[in-house]
Amino acid sequence: MDSPRGRIYQMIQVEKGRLPLGESFVEHIDLCLDCRACETACPSGVEYGKLVEAARAQIEKHYHRPPLATLLRKLFYYEILPHPRRLRAAGKLLRLYQRSGLEAVLRATHLLSLFPGRLDRVAELAPRMEAPFFFDRLGTTVPAEGLRRFRVALFAGCIANLSFARLNDATVRVLARNGCEVVIVPDQVCCGALHVHAGIRDVARNLARRNIQAFTGRGFDAVISNAAGCGSVLKEYPLLFEEEGKEFHQPAREFSANVRDVTEFLAEIGLTPKLGMMKLRATYQDPCHLGHAQRIRTAPRKLLAAVPGLELIELKEAEVCCGSAGIYNVVHNEMSDRLLEGKMRRIDETRADLVLTANPGCLLQLRAGVKREGRHQRVMHVIELLDEAYRLAG
Amino acid sequence: MKPNGLSRELAGIVGEDGVLWRRDDLMLYEYDALSSMRQPDVVVFPRNTGNVVKIAKAAMRHNLPLVARGAGTGLSGGSVATEGGVLLVFSRMKQILEIDLENQRARVQPGVVNLDLSMAVADDGYYYAPDPSSQRACTIGGNVAENSGGPHTLAYGVTTNHVLALEIVLPDGEVIHTGARHWDRPGYDLTGMFVGSEGTLGIVTEITVRLSRKPEAVKTLLAIYSETADATRTVAAITARGITPAALEMMDGFCLRAVEEATHAGYPMDCAAVLLIEVEGLKESVEEHADEIEAVCRENRAREVRRAKSAEERDLLWKGRKTAFGALGRITPNYYVQDGVIPRTRLPEMLDFITALEKKYELHIGNIFHAGDGNLHPLILYDERNREQTAQVIKAAKEIITRCVEMGGSITGEHGVGLEKSDLMPLIFSENDLDLMRRIKDLFNPHGRLNPGKVLPTGKMCGELRGGLLGGGPV
Repeated sequence: MDSPRGRIYQMIQVEKGRLPLGESFVEHIDLCLDCRACETACPSGVEYGKLVEAARAQIEKHYHRPPLATLLRKLFYYEILPHPRRLRAAGKLLRLYQRSGLEAVLRATHLLSLFPGRLDRVAELAPRMEAPFFFDRLGTTVPAEGLRRFRVALFAGCIANLSFARLNDATVRVLARNGCEVVIVPDQVCCGALHVHAGIRDVARNLARRNIQAFTGRGFDAVISNAAGCGSVLKEYPLLFEEEGKEFHQPAREFSANVRDVTEFLAEIGLTPKLGMMKLRATYQDPCHLGHAQRIRTAPRKLLAAVPGLELIELKEAEVCCGSAGIYNVVHNEMSDRLLEGKMRRIDETRADLVLTANPGCLLQLRAGVKREGRHQRVMHVIELLDEAYRLAG
Repeated sequence: MKPNGLSRELAGIVGEDGVLWRRDDLMLYEYDALSSMRQPDVVVFPRNTGNVVKIAKAAMRHNLPLVARGAGTGLSGGSVATEGGVLLVFSRMKQILEIDLENQRARVQPGVVNLDLSMAVADDGYYYAPDPSSQRACTIGGNVAENSGGPHTLAYGVTTNHVLALEIVLPDGEVIHTGARHWDRPGYDLTGMFVGSEGTLGIVTEITVRLSRKPEAVKTLLAIYSETADATRTVAAITARGITPAALEMMDGFCLRAVEEATHAGYPMDCAAVLLIEVEGLKESVEEHADEIEAVCRENRAREVRRAKSAEERDLLWKGRKTAFGALGRITPNYYVQDGVIPRTRLPEMLDFITALEKKYELHIGNIFHAGDGNLHPLILYDERNREQTAQVIKAAKEIITRCVEMGGSITGEHGVGLEKSDLMPLIFSENDLDLMRRIKDLFNPHGRLNPGKVLPTGKMCGELRGGLLGGGPV
């Protein structure tokens, strides 16, 4: 029963003072995926993402959530995400939990299902901690293979340092293979996308400032992200400085103008040939923050078309969210599951062996879907596929 | 705040999560695509016909109005509970129950989205013909209530020409069936009577529709004009030649510029008007008709005639046309779309009249017409925060409709009468005609609890409510 139309109507009524900033409003605004599919559909050009993020900032300011939710939000958004060292410590703890066998025990005994809510379902979504963490690579530079055509910076992310370390490695390799010197600047921090989506704009603004300073003035041809959610907010940093911290507006604009999604960048410069044969039937799911927010749809398909042997079957409703949506699948697990179920049905229809996408969150969600349905499909980032194809070519 | 007895009773039928009763939630159902009006007392989401029967009986016991709503895209206020009561929303009855391709029919629940049905049978070469511009969102139940049309109405008719049978719940909870699953039916055409009755005779809970085979070939032409009058003259000239295009649409340059900004379909930005013309049929005949139409366009001083080269190009042109109303949102916050009908031969005259009105009331009016069947959609742009301007809009709209009737046309082509035009009904029907309609309504809906205040003039549907229709906010 939810729709962007209704949410905008509610925003107007709150503004007019007819609707209190209370339970009903918070419920509907919270339930939005912020997938921005409505922006793609909207002929009037309404920038809904901006509206819902502003509404969430109002909620954050004026609405009191229950104590437990407040505590968890404080911990996650304020105390862990913005601090690389604490993130690393949390990653180590989680790795211990996953490796010690404790996780296996909990799963086998179904102990988690004893907790209220859907803790057992949510636990399935937890990413694997990948050693060594990508944090160790911060501050290093990887030279281009062959002639140096570009000098780029990799945006490494926050949680990705822990659980998508191998994806980041693959991204560096593929960029280097395509003539890029890849600099992994040391002082970069979380992009703040999750904060923007949660309405916590002050923390997001702070993170944005640190990133702008970390990347600016070093003569990069592009700042490259392999996460659609991160890339999208990096490109929208100027919005954070429209009302506050206006002195950062211009630097933010310069920084954002230089940000590229990795698929966008590679499609732009043209792939170095010599990709190995990948005889696979594949399909591609558009990440919402790539397709809708960044409007990048042809670039990843163009890259896939360059892989010899790969047969790409278009996924019906590829533009519909898989239910991942940042941490939506954790917070609104039931609704997210419904989306995932529909998505898995569509994937089955393609009879593909390989499901490709271009965002870490979507990878986790789709992998959980494959596992839950007892399916066999591999789920990969477009870059991981290119990396494998290059490796095969030797 | 606690739910009242009625809400608890309804929750007993459809479950707690199928009822909305808090004021803050009801507010979301006080509007449709016409305007904001009034909240229902309770909103309920049935899952099947059995639920609807029980809900109807509950509403009867509480002596409350019962109003059906699909996606709320209606443009005449038809799905707003203007006298409160129980609002039945069909968003959970959206199953396609049966697809029978051999017999070219499908059985659907009323909440099925129009385009979803066509998509479901597209791979087999079929589609559901009525194609309102809102077809991505609007429901077949709503289409049945309003007897909706669309660009392809010209060749294939409106909803009523594609509905074979209905299952209907009457206000006392009785279930009746009209029509038959095959194409011929003896007895009175009750299906025909229910289609377009705007929820005032019964609540439709199941619809059997005809599916159409996709044509072998389609050609889409875009004729571009430097003078609007040339475009309107072309319309009559094409049909005078005995060619019936599948669609024949007109958009003026003002609308086009907004549309092009939204879709980048390649619409020219500097013209006075375009005609979007489609011919369908067998490969050989389509080519011939397209050539003939192109010749007529050129005889009537078309600056350029383009043909869509691919399916993608055709889709993009249509996307531009079908999202045109929304695209005007780029120009002003509000628009009021009129829905009048005139004989197509009088289009040039009507456009002059509208241009004069723009000057008289100092308003901008965009023109998007289903030109082939003389169905006008002048879009009057305004900002609801400007009270004075809003009042002018209502006056201008009334003049347009009155002029339509004077030209031998009608007060609505496809958007329905609803709340918006019930007081205009006497313009086209005599007191005897209206009295017969009232008696039919009394037969099915004796206490007037079904969608009260809609379609038939009530007398109390008065000036101040009409005055508040646009941007007045809820009353």
